[in-house]
Amino acid sequence: MQTIPKGLWLIVGVGAVVALTLTDAAIAQKKTLVVALNQDPDLLDPTLARTYVGRIIFSQMCEKLYEIDESLRISPQLAANMPAISDGGRTVTIKLRSGVKFNDGTPMDAESVRFSLDRHRTLKGSNRASELAPVEAVEVVDPLTVRLRLKAPFSPLVAQLTDRAGMPLSPTAVNKLGDKFGTAPVCVGPWQFAERVAQDRIVVEKSAHYFDPAQAKFDKIIFRIIPDDNVRLANLRSGDIDLMHQVSPTDATAIKREARFELSNVTGLGYQGITINLRNKTGKQNPPGDLGTPLANDPRVREAFELSIDREALNQVAWDGLFTPGCTPIPPISVYFDKSLKCPVRDVARAKKLLADAGHGAGYSFEMVIVNNPRERRVGEVIQQMAREVGFNVTLRASEFASALNDNDAGKHQAFLIGWSGRVDPDGNIHQNQTCKGSLNATHACDERIDALLNRAREVTEVDQRRALYREATDLFNARRNIIYIYHQNYIVAFPKNLKGYKAVPDGLIRVKGTAWN
Amino acid sequence: MFDFLVQRAAISVVTLSVISMIVFTGVRMIPGDPARVMAGTEADAAGLEEIREKYGLKDPIPFQYLRWVGLALRGDLGESIRTRESVVKVVATKLPITIELAFLSLLIAVGIAIPAGVLAAVRRNTVWDILTSGASLCGVSVPNFWLGIMLILFFSVRLGWLPASGFVPLWENPLDNLRRMLMPSFVLGTALAAVLMRQTRNSMIEVMSADYIRTAYSKGLAGRVVVFRHAIRNSLIPVVTILGLQMGALMSGAVVTEQIFVVPGFGRLIVESVFTRDYPLVQGVVLITASAYVLINLLVDVSYSLLDPRIRVKGSAGDA
Repeated sequence: MQTIPKGLWLIVGVGAVVALTLTDAAIAQKKTLVVALNQDPDLLDPTLARTYVGRIIFSQMCEKLYEIDESLRISPQLAANMPAISDGGRTVTIKLRSGVKFNDGTPMDAESVRFSLDRHRTLKGSNRASELAPVEAVEVVDPLTVRLRLKAPFSPLVAQLTDRAGMPLSPTAVNKLGDKFGTAPVCVGPWQFAERVAQDRIVVEKSAHYFDPAQAKFDKIIFRIIPDDNVRLANLRSGDIDLMHQVSPTDATAIKREARFELSNVTGLGYQGITINLRNKTGKQNPPGDLGTPLANDPRVREAFELSIDREALNQVAWDGLFTPGCTPIPPISVYFDKSLKCPVRDVARAKKLLADAGHGAGYSFEMVIVNNPRERRVGEVIQQMAREVGFNVTLRASEFASALNDNDAGKHQAFLIGWSGRVDPDGNIHQNQTCKGSLNATHACDERIDALLNRAREVTEVDQRRALYREATDLFNARRNIIYIYHQNYIVAFPKNLKGYKAVPDGLIRVKGTAWN
Repeated sequence: MFDFLVQRAAISVVTLSVISMIVFTGVRMIPGDPARVMAGTEADAAGLEEIREKYGLKDPIPFQYLRWVGLALRGDLGESIRTRESVVKVVATKLPITIELAFLSLLIAVGIAIPAGVLAAVRRNTVWDILTSGASLCGVSVPNFWLGIMLILFFSVRLGWLPASGFVPLWENPLDNLRRMLMPSFVLGTALAAVLMRQTRNSMIEVMSADYIRTAYSKGLAGRVVVFRHAIRNSLIPVVTILGLQMGALMSGAVVTEQIFVVPGFGRLIVESVFTRDYPLVQGVVLITASAYVLINLLVDVSYSLLDPRIRVKGSAGDA
């Protein structure tokens, strides 16, 4: 039998290794951008969607009537101009951009916008229904004009239209797919939905119908789902992904040292705070009751607790200084943020005195619930140490996320470290949590003066006037301390230096439109 | 034989029924309100209520169970709450990926373990034995997640030879598929190789001291011929048994490995569906996995009885 020469085996072996180890760069499609997300989005239907990461996908393929920029200014996107508000704020008239088509070629006109807004408002299970609750009716004025009739003046409405509630959907696709629209969504956008492999990737391709095709520099965007921070980072370094979303601050510091990557860091719209239960004894839906604890009943104890916290030091220790310390629910980038407001600085002596005056000079113990993940644990432990110096013995109880929320609603918490992802208009960050009957007010804190100010801020449209109202309300609820606001989370994104044109908007969403390889 | 089959099939049906009940109630015992997980932090009470209504979460658990079993018997395991895809379809997409991963891992494991085990046995108490035993110990001790990250850092980040993650179907691009599956298969395969190697070594040592091996040597056969022609084949019988038992470990190892290398297989599906409280998906995935195990066991029982009729007879006698 003839044997194969050893040399030939060697050549075959080396060839196989070379073929297997061709670098990705060699076969990379430069017209494709690969973005790594830390979670798999839920249904890609703007009416039904809930997840934050889902909004990143929509940003590329579902444009909105209005858009926000890096300074949170609202400008028209699919609308032709800013809305005309009349009838004392009860009528909002929106002119639409002409010549716009959905990604299936269906023209986008007033009828399709009415159809979409009505779907958002009325479809069973819609997550946009509450956002558009003030809208009583949507009318078609002419082929390029829609009119929204409101039940009462509601100035945050235009801000709502900068998110999923303002996304027109192709009526052709909706009628064809019904409640399965999210499996092949069709909107207006520079890219259109192409493919989804659950827990792996979502692919969008350049649209043939977009009105400004020059903005779409990539033929394809692939969103890869990589939950683990370390793995996402390794993929960025190896070149398997181009854009990494939600970089953790500790990784950001390491990436910063590598000259080949750019970091974008923007203060988000939300906040992180400690929610202190004041009167929720038997559940959010039940009447308030006396908890009988000094933390709930004595404002001096809560003030002492707040004065024990050094927001700057916390930010340095827990977040490498990359987040934004704060003491209000309004992020500093917002036009409604009052720059004259100063956060309380740590004052151990005064905090000790307050605690002693409240009759707890020997110390005071309470439990604070934290969501069970390393980030929250780190923040909780820093607060625990700071509070200890004043005389607080804070016990941390780590709880699974959904259970923690349920227990909070049920009134089982004394204090709860929890955040809010944030909305463009400050109303979305404040009203539900701070008004007496607010749907998310689990502390049962109630002050009619605060309600009046926040309701008034919904009615007026003038920025200065609204800012003043929010400032006044902030002073009142900050003194009440049912939520002690601590910091605003920043959104950190990393990408290679040769990717140009990336703009960081405070909602943290990745907007690929306008970016390109240099 | 017919009675034996009926008896085994009946046991399998009872086992599956019990498993389905455990899965169904177990999923509902995971802390946290599924409506809340689906709705996210910021849902209001009305939104939560609507979700509970929509997915029948307000019905009594026995009622929910019977409804689910009724549909499952007709081959309908429901839809994923998150993506609205059919559970059967999702599983059918993911399962082949994990099977491919398991198969490649098995190849790597066997490719490493058997030569190393034989070498350690034949060169017993030499430096080869110490080296292979040490490597085996490392293979068992090193956690998958650590080895995975190290491989990514070395082969993908440092050398840029292999893609750090992802999956391309075999029929789309076989070469790219192999490039992407190489590291995950290696990680999964080395852990299995360590166990197999120990087994091969022990089994080989035992066989090498058997009379017929001594006879073979005394006939004047060369050592190589004795090892390859007479010893290896016999020593592999217990190894194959262990290999079968390790398949379960391979599947559970795939859960971690798929997370690290972002392989969209069955393991990731299980993890994600549990984290997102996607009830229909968790139930469907666990039920299908359990059914597969029950079916394999049934086939094994039947094959044993075909190979060795005494098993069948003993079973019947025991029952009498």
